[in-house]
Amino acid sequence: MSPVLSLRGATKRFGGLVAVNGIDFDVAEHQVLGLIGPNGSGKSTTLNLISGALTLTSGSIKLRGAPISGLAAQDITRRGVSRTFQLVRLLPSMNVRDNVIAGAVFGHRRRWGAEARDFAESLLERVGLGGKGQMPIGQLTYIDTKRVELARVLASDPTLLLLDEWLAGLNPTELQDGIALIKSLRDEGRTIILVEHVMDAIRSLCDRCVVMSSGTKIAEGTPGEVLSDPNVIRAYLGDDDA
Amino acid sequence: MSSVEIRNLILTAIALGVCILLPMADSGYWLSIGLSIAMFTVLATSWALFSGPTHYISLATAAFFGVGTYTTGLGFETLPFWSLVALAGMFGALMAALVGLATLRLSGVYFVIFTLGLAELVRQVITWAQNQSGQKGLYVLTDITEAMIYWMLIALAAAVYLTGWLIGRSRLGFALRIIGDDETVAAHSGINTARAKVLLFMVPGAVAAMTGAILAPRYVYIEPSLAFTPMLSFQVVIMALLGGTGRLWGPLAGVVPFTLLWESISSNFPNQTTLLLGLSFLLIVYALPRGFVGLLDRLRQRVTGGVS
Ligand SMILES: Nc1ncnc2c1ncn2[C@@H]1O[C@H](COP(=O)(O)OP(=O)(O)OP(=O)(O)O)[C@@H](O)[C@H]1O
Ligand SMILES: [Mg+2]
Repeated sequence: MSPVLSLRGATKRFGGLVAVNGIDFDVAEHQVLGLIGPNGSGKSTTLNLISGALTLTSGSIKLRGAPISGLAAQDITRRGVSRTFQLVRLLPSMNVRDNVIAGAVFGHRRRWGAEARDFAESLLERVGLGGKGQMPIGQLTYIDTKRVELARVLASDPTLLLLDEWLAGLNPTELQDGIALIKSLRDEGRTIILVEHVMDAIRSLCDRCVVMSSGTKIAEGTPGEVLSDPNVIRAYLGDDDA
Repeated sequence: MSSVEIRNLILTAIALGVCILLPMADSGYWLSIGLSIAMFTVLATSWALFSGPTHYISLATAAFFGVGTYTTGLGFETLPFWSLVALAGMFGALMAALVGLATLRLSGVYFVIFTLGLAELVRQVITWAQNQSGQKGLYVLTDITEAMIYWMLIALAAAVYLTGWLIGRSRLGFALRIIGDDETVAAHSGINTARAKVLLFMVPGAVAAMTGAILAPRYVYIEPSLAFTPMLSFQVVIMALLGGTGRLWGPLAGVVPFTLLWESISSNFPNQTTLLLGLSFLLIVYALPRGFVGLLDRLRQRVTGGVS
């Protein structure tokens, strides 16, 4: 079976800095791939390349065999790729429900009017915000802003979901809820790329992991394999520049 | 339709009916004031349809308006008047589409400067063309009366409000609100941001050109410096922001007081009109960032907040 997503030699340069350096990896259908690595190793930049927020300097990205590198973000979204942002992005002038509807109207599977409203309400229920649809964004707690963003992203019914540290900053109970939620997303058939620092989440969610350090891939395998890899341990301990 | 919408519809219909009767009551001073108010209502409301949600400040009103006046000026002897208004609308929309394609991918600052330059550019081109043919301006001699111009503007205003209401309920309107809040989120929600902005920018472009075409007979003699005066663009921006762009009726709340003040100042102290423009601008920046609409919302919030 051909992979859902494949990166070949994906490279992004910012002036003299090579933030992502010739990355190769595949993500298979229904898989949760963990993209991990120390701060500044290029994980978010890799997600930005996949989602179309940034354009590749060189290399290629294919979605089910069709190239998507070079497409605008809206076209990639319409093909079923949706993402959250490391720094949560919401629509401040709208209430919670309209923030979610925003994801439903123009995306992969489109809804409008009463259908979009009902769908938004059901997603709010699902992420744990049932009954908060009329709340203004400004009154939400940090964790709730993350929930709204996830609901918006799910509103387009994506087949490939990109989560950039969605579990960061959650307390232990919220973390268990979050992990269960992401599991349920995989169980309903979505493919997920998870950028994460939380080791518990990586161990319990990921089928495979790709480890990045200073823009390059230094390891790939099951969570157990990569987390015991000496290269990976050295990278996390911070002497990767030596 | 909800009961609030039905109430608004009835109120709008009554207001329109009253406006239509104005020329029966007075054909001098008040008709000319009414005409100015109708003109600026059309221009400021259509301006706010685009600039309200996107926060792009367009100073291109004069460019579209001028193209409209010249459409009438050049065509009134050969074509029926209504077709000139339609033609002007198409020219305006086309021009707006071209400007939009060229600039709306850029940041807001470039857009402001480009739109300001546009009116000047078109004016220079027309001045040059007229110099080639040896004329300075055009006579627009028709039997269209001031009352007829006024009624056409009222009809155009009704069309603008209807368009604005429909856009507000449409996917395009929703897309523009998302873009205004966060363009990155918009793109990642599947919105073709450039296309949405260009489409919506065509509305004020078409409306301003139609307004110019309708008003041309009133001027009798048109020349580039009159048709493309940058003052018009600034007036429209100030009035729309003074009223507030957060609601469809917001600009109207700025147009009425501003036009009345402007008329009385320009008849008593003709040199002080720029001062009014400047003072209004300061008022908006320092006291009314969201216009009268924002002020009203704040007062309403305080009242309901005090009760509960
Ligand atoms: N738009 C940009 N312009 C210039 N440099 C950038 C830009 N985006 C990221 N970088 C740089 O690229 C490198 C990789 O950043 P990236 O955000 O991808 O790291 P990350 O792995 O997501 O880190 P973290 O775990 O802290 O989120 C960093 O050195 C960062 O400063
Ligand atoms: Mg990151």
